[in-house]
This record gives sequence, structure tokens and C-alpha cells, in this order.
Amino acid sequence: MANERSPSAAVVVTLPAALVRLFPGCARRVELSAATVGEAIDALEWRWPGMRDRVCDSTPRVRRHINVFVAGKRASLETRLPPGVEVMIMTAISGG
Amino acid sequence: MAVKVLILVGTKKGAFILESGAERQSWRLRGPFCETWPMNHVIADAASGAIYGGGGNAWFGPAVWKSTDLGATWTHSSAGLAYAAGEEPIKAVWSLAPGAGTLYAGVEPAGLFRSDDAGQSWRHIAGLRDHPSRPHWQPGGGGLILHSLVLHPSDPRQLWVAISTAGVFHSADRGETWEARNQGTRADYLPEGQRYPDYGQCVHCLVMAAGKPDRLYQQNHCGMYRSEDGGRHWHSIEAGLPSTFGFPAATHPRDPDSLYLLPLNGDTAGRYVPDAQAAVWRTRDGGAHWEALRRGLPQQNAFFGVLRQAMATDRLAPAGAYFGTSTGALFASADEGDSWSCIAQHLPAILSVETLVAEA
Repeated sequence: MANERSPSAAVVVTLPAALVRLFPGCARRVELSAATVGEAIDALEWRWPGMRDRVCDSTPRVRRHINVFVAGKRASLETRLPPGVEVMIMTAISGG
Repeated sequence: MAVKVLILVGTKKGAFILESGAERQSWRLRGPFCETWPMNHVIADAASGAIYGGGGNAWFGPAVWKSTDLGATWTHSSAGLAYAAGEEPIKAVWSLAPGAGTLYAGVEPAGLFRSDDAGQSWRHIAGLRDHPSRPHWQPGGGGLILHSLVLHPSDPRQLWVAISTAGVFHSADRGETWEARNQGTRADYLPEGQRYPDYGQCVHCLVMAAGKPDRLYQQNHCGMYRSEDGGRHWHSIEAGLPSTFGFPAATHPRDPDSLYLLPLNGDTAGRYVPDAQAAVWRTRDGGAHWEALRRGLPQQNAFFGVLRQAMATDRLAPAGAYFGTSTGALFASADEGDSWSCIAQHLPAILSVETLVAEA
């Protein structure tokens, strides 16, 4: 999932409120260094153990009802992150 | 010693807890807990007093929630609660059972996990999914779920699981190897001549008689059954009941001959209580005879069902009995089912009901 050959860049990740509520102390807006979406989620997991399982399934891929946007475009774990880009993790339409 | 009684309720929108004294006449409702996740099974470990909730959220996947202060605060974990990469991921936790230092979890798609650190981390018990029948397991209406976990009370090597739709399986070596135990249970949805297979039955709920580990009862999609030999052979106990279909079963805390069922009108007839009149059916002789318990239950226009994990008893004397409906009503009896009252309504659809008797 992580591309070790890519240099990490500082990016901003925004998290959905329903996810933040599961992790005491977590903020909606997080600054971290990552070269790909997968690395960004690794960094979130390091700060808040268990967060990867909430965002990704064991396939592994982003969960079916979670969307990740990089610079406004739908992304996968492999999507590369240019320096300073905004990564938005959002809950998709789901439930009943 | 003064005690309090807790009813642990799993619903489609979170966990709830109702609390009363030993008289069990007035109840205080708390919740919703667990961030309103669907909670398929909320249980208590009587040894530690911890409450656990198994569920799954459409956004965030499966997890086991835990409270060590009777529901005031909760944490969650799914560390290790996963199949290998590439396999169909786990959608939800469906059943929980505490044993001697081990907490077991049954999941969808059907499989079994154990935690030896009180729910902080989980390990897959791969032996069950290695059973040669696994390619033939079929999801029922609720999915391919491991919904019943029955632990032997004195032999930690032995456990039984029930899977819809695969049947009952038993392990005598802590889950390393498994044997299908379905002989005598019917599968009406198969062609004539094939209705008593080794596996593939749609078991709905599996419970163990108090003090008699070899006696099991099951509510099946196709009938109600008793086994006297740990599930090797099953015998129908459906004569005298209003239908062969239902979901929950609950045993008495001390009397192995007493069982509570809640038959529904049939799998293709709406799956609500027969004639829209609610009744819990009780046997006191192992299923030879049945009586309908209706006092205090709605006897007209009752179009609800009761799901497989949504009926329970408590350990007091006389025993309390409880069930929750698909329409969010919770009924309680403090006299072994002789009379009932509605103690909560307008809850989300109720998925599970369990009890805890704790020091006040």
C-alpha cells in the first residue's frame, strides 16, 4: 500500500465527525507526512491505533461506504499525494 | 445481598441498558450507546462484570465494544478481527460468549474468533472455516452468520456453534477441528429425499439446558428440537406448538426441562406472531408439552416478530424472562413467564436481549 520509493510530503487530512467520535483526542483536521493515501492512513493508525480498520477493510482497500478524495478526486490507497494536498476522508451515503 | 438487574439490549441503532432492582417492577432506560452502531449482540461477562457489544457499522466495519462501568463509558476494538487479505472481509460481529478467560466472537461471513485479553485483540480460529462443508454454506436472510455460541460449562475444550445456513458444529479441541451435528433436523427447502443432510440446515438459535451440558435445544427454520447427546442426534419437540417456525430460544437458569420459545406464523406468512396475538410458549418437561403464556401480552393487532437473539432469562428466583420485538418493544416477566408487561417501546428494532444480575 505504501510506496517506499516516494518521498513523503506534508499533507492535510480531514476526517468525518462520525469517525473522530470513535477516537478520543482525535481532531477533524490532521497534518501529517505521507506519499500515498495508504501511507496517510498508516500515519493515522500510528496516532490512533485502530483507525485503519475503520477506514479500510482486510482486502485491503478503502471501505465500500467510505470515500477518500485527493484534491477533490476519488482516490484509492495507491493514489499519490503531492505536497500540501488536501485529503478528505468522508462517509458515503449508507444506512437505513 | 441487594442486587440490580440489567437488561442488555442490542438494536439496529445502538445498545441500550435497562436497570431495576430484584423486584423487577420498574425499569430505568439508558442509551443509546456504541455511537448508534447496529449491535447484533450485547452480553455481560458475569465473572468480570464487563459488558461487550458485537456489531458492525456500514461505514466503519465490525468491532466489539466494551464497557467496564456498566455502560457509562465504552471503547471498541477490532484488532485481529479480520480474515486474510483477499478473502471477503468481515461485515459484522454477530455473537459473543465469555468462557474461562476467553471471549469468543462469531462473525459474518461465518467464522469464529477468540480474544484472550478481554476483547482488546482477536485471533481467528481457522479450524471452523477449514471444515470440508464450508464451500456449501449458504447465506440465509440475515446473511451467512455465526449467530449462536455455546460453551461447555466445565470443559473449556468443548464448544458448539450454529451457522445460518450451515447447521450446528461441535469442537472438542478448542476449535481446531469440528464435527457437523445436525442428524435429525429437517431442511424443508431441499427436494424430497434430501431433507436430512449432514449439514446445510437453517438453525436459528442454539441453547444449552441448565446443568445438563449434553442437552441442547434449537429453534430451527424448520422445527424445534432437543438433543440429549450434545447435538449428535436431534428429536423434534414441535408437537403442541402453533407453528414450526421461529427464531429465539431461551433456557431456564436452573431447570433443564424448561424452555421458552416464541413461534412465529411461518417463513412465508409474514413472520409475525400467529393470528397477530403474542405468546411466549413454555415447556416444563423438555418439550413434551407446551403452554402459551399470554397474560399481559397484546392479543390483537400484534404484527411483530422476535429475532434469534432477542429473548433471555435472568438467574434470579423466580426467574425473569424478557423478549424484544422487531418493532422496538421490550416485554418482561418477573414470574417465569406467567405474566408480562411492556417495559419499553419505540426503541429501534431489537436484535438481542441478554441480562446481568450484579451487586447493587
